[in-house]
Amino acid sequence: MTLLTSVFLQIVQMLVVLALAPGLTGFVRWVKARLLARRGPSILQPYRDILRLLKKEAVLAHNASWLFRTTPYIMFTAIWLAAGLIPTFSTQLALAPTADLIALIALLGSARFFLALAGMDVGTSFGGIGSSREMMIAALAEPAMLMVVFSVAILVRSTSLAEIADFMMSGAVGLRISLALALISLVMVAIAENARIPVDNPATHLELTMVHEAMVLEYSGRHLALIEGASMLKLLLYAALIGCVFAPWGMAGPGADSAAVIRGLATFVLKLGVAGVLLAVFETSIAKMRVFRVGEFLGGALLLSLLGAIFLYVSRGV
Amino acid sequence: MYFGEDPLFGLLRRIGKPVAGHRPWPRYATTAGGWRTMIEALGGNGWSLLGLWAEPGTVHAAIREDMAGDLAVVSLDCPDGTFPSLSAARPGAIRLERAIQDLFGLTAERLTDARPWLDHDRWGVRRPLSDKPAAPMPNPPPYTFLPVEGEGLHQVPVGPVHAGIIEPGHFRFTCNGETVVRLEEQLGWVHKGIEGLMRGKPVEDAAKLAARVSGDSTVAYSLAFAQAVESALGVAVPPRAVWLRALMAELERTANHLGDIGAVCNDAAFAFMLAELSRLRELVARTADACFGHRLMMDRVVPGGVAVDISEDGPARLLELVAELRRRFPPLVAIYENKASLQDRTVGTGVVSGSLVNRFGAGGHVGRASGRGLDARRTPSYAPYEDLEFEVPVRTEGDVNARVWIRICEVEQSLGLVEQIVKRMPGAPRNEKGERPLPRVPVEGPGGEGMALVESFRGEILVWVRVNPDGTIDRCHPRDPSWFQWPLLEAAIEGNIVADFPLCNKSFNCSYSGHDL
Repeated sequence: MTLLTSVFLQIVQMLVVLALAPGLTGFVRWVKARLLARRGPSILQPYRDILRLLKKEAVLAHNASWLFRTTPYIMFTAIWLAAGLIPTFSTQLALAPTADLIALIALLGSARFFLALAGMDVGTSFGGIGSSREMMIAALAEPAMLMVVFSVAILVRSTSLAEIADFMMSGAVGLRISLALALISLVMVAIAENARIPVDNPATHLELTMVHEAMVLEYSGRHLALIEGASMLKLLLYAALIGCVFAPWGMAGPGADSAAVIRGLATFVLKLGVAGVLLAVFETSIAKMRVFRVGEFLGGALLLSLLGAIFLYVSRGV
Repeated sequence: MYFGEDPLFGLLRRIGKPVAGHRPWPRYATTAGGWRTMIEALGGNGWSLLGLWAEPGTVHAAIREDMAGDLAVVSLDCPDGTFPSLSAARPGAIRLERAIQDLFGLTAERLTDARPWLDHDRWGVRRPLSDKPAAPMPNPPPYTFLPVEGEGLHQVPVGPVHAGIIEPGHFRFTCNGETVVRLEEQLGWVHKGIEGLMRGKPVEDAAKLAARVSGDSTVAYSLAFAQAVESALGVAVPPRAVWLRALMAELERTANHLGDIGAVCNDAAFAFMLAELSRLRELVARTADACFGHRLMMDRVVPGGVAVDISEDGPARLLELVAELRRRFPPLVAIYENKASLQDRTVGTGVVSGSLVNRFGAGGHVGRASGRGLDARRTPSYAPYEDLEFEVPVRTEGDVNARVWIRICEVEQSLGLVEQIVKRMPGAPRNEKGERPLPRVPVEGPGGEGMALVESFRGEILVWVRVNPDGTIDRCHPRDPSWFQWPLLEAAIEGNIVADFPLCNKSFNCSYSGHDL
């Protein structure tokens, strides 16, 4: 595969994630509405929302600093880049050599760092509450995610996502308890990171219970569009990440032709659909937990991933 | 109280003179000394303050002796514009006295909290209902919230404009991290001037106003107003109207409770219950529409009877509705009961102690969830509930879960009541043309004063009214059950975390509109 193809595939990848992200969010909302016996808005609604927000004027608080204004751009760029790194339909991406899991976590971490700062920037109490809750969640979710990365890295002997996907596709890995534990842990982290029930409620109007929404309450217009877009990209990112590491089937590998690439794209959309349905069903069947239970929930995720890593050590005598 | 003396009337005979023309319970005029004796008695157990309202130069207190269920009104003339405060004996009176200060300019002596309540200095006039309304203050001082001191405390102001489409109220949280140290409410944002608007209105027009004091309890308010006016004028209502009114009241109770149970679950982000229970609530609303021509049955209860009789197929539809709800409601209750993630949110959250509920005299699900099993349909009771079988559910935990369960049990009781009423309601004799005459009598009389206590889905609504001889309303005071429930919300949230407030608030579901008058 030439450099040109990989650059082309990388560009396609960046555009695909951007195009599909609002669709995934819309799809999850639609499935949830159907589960609640409602008709639900069209799957295209998030696209319309973002377009509408882009056209609207951005209102800023008088005391908003440069940080508040630049955060949406930083956040969107970081998450878009992170989503672009994950092999979704092909492992032959131009950025594949730089794309490892640690870089991914760093990108997500910086996006969160800036958003939490921006939440406090204007000085409203809700922003502060949201930021402090977000950091509490992050302090537990990030180590859990790192442990998942370590488990996988020990197994594959690489943190490069492309290599992990190729390795998992090769069938050399077999069934492993560690991977199952890592998967559960990663799903729990994904739920927390994407502000889904039971950790946060993406659809709530109750200011006092919000986490993510509380931080972005002061945003409007194009800033809000970017933040909403970034949240949607993040949801897609986690779905793609879980798909890439634990279910990479159908992805175009090294030396694949264009038919394989198209096949890869189709399976990716299919995987997103499955992830969306599972998420919607899970969210409908559970109530939101108390804020302080989030620690226990994510502590559980951390323990599971830790256990996975320990199993690997014990079983392989690394 | 002296030995062998009737607890309530014995006391009242000692301290005051009965005033003629107040029905169905007596009214006694007393002196400042007698008023203080009454305050002493009120401080004891077994007494409730049901309401405290004013007119220029006079304050009235409605009190109840809970054991016997006797009611009376005590009135005090205060020519110097002051009256001894009830707040030391009954803390529930604090906000009522603050409202009296704002509206009538009568000052409560030794009131523990004399800040304005309903008046936020945004009206074009001060003391609007007094004899001499004053011009607004040129530079009103900002409202001072109660001071809170301590290290690491921060304040979270919420409202009066909220992120959802709900009524306005301001909540000032003082927190230590996530834990609420103090919550202070500031209400009055939807003050409509109900008492002022009622003055001089013909009874029919005033009834429309009464029906709109708090829209979700429109039947209960209409019923309370109608009963008060009928008592004042000595009008006897046709029996069929009495039963139809109870039917509407129970339908309203069922619909509201179904909605509330779902809304509590939704605030724990369990939207499934809200979706399913909203369907059931919709079923009730549609049946009400088919039976009485209005989904909420607004303006269907009028002084003198009812504005519409039930439709021909109404009884059959209602029995169908009861059967349908009995089929579809219990599985949802089972889901509520068995959903661990939901129980984790509701059990033990927002506890109100029984002693507090008794001190404030809170009724409805707030009182009954904390062991105060009073229900206006039982004490003092009104027709036709003496002839109907129902239970008043009581729990003692006082948490969100208990308040949800009270509602669940009341839905079941109300369904039983609807069934009994439909089956036993007196029939409507048809005239020679085959039409059913409307069970309604003209509201006429020489004027007088009347009071009524009616159980809404929130608790007991008190309406006091004085009708002029020409058939217009001289004074009317509706007292929403929320007056005695709002203060308890401040107590319920203490020590809980900020994020649990919406859940506690929804489990109370107090009325803003009914409270703000």
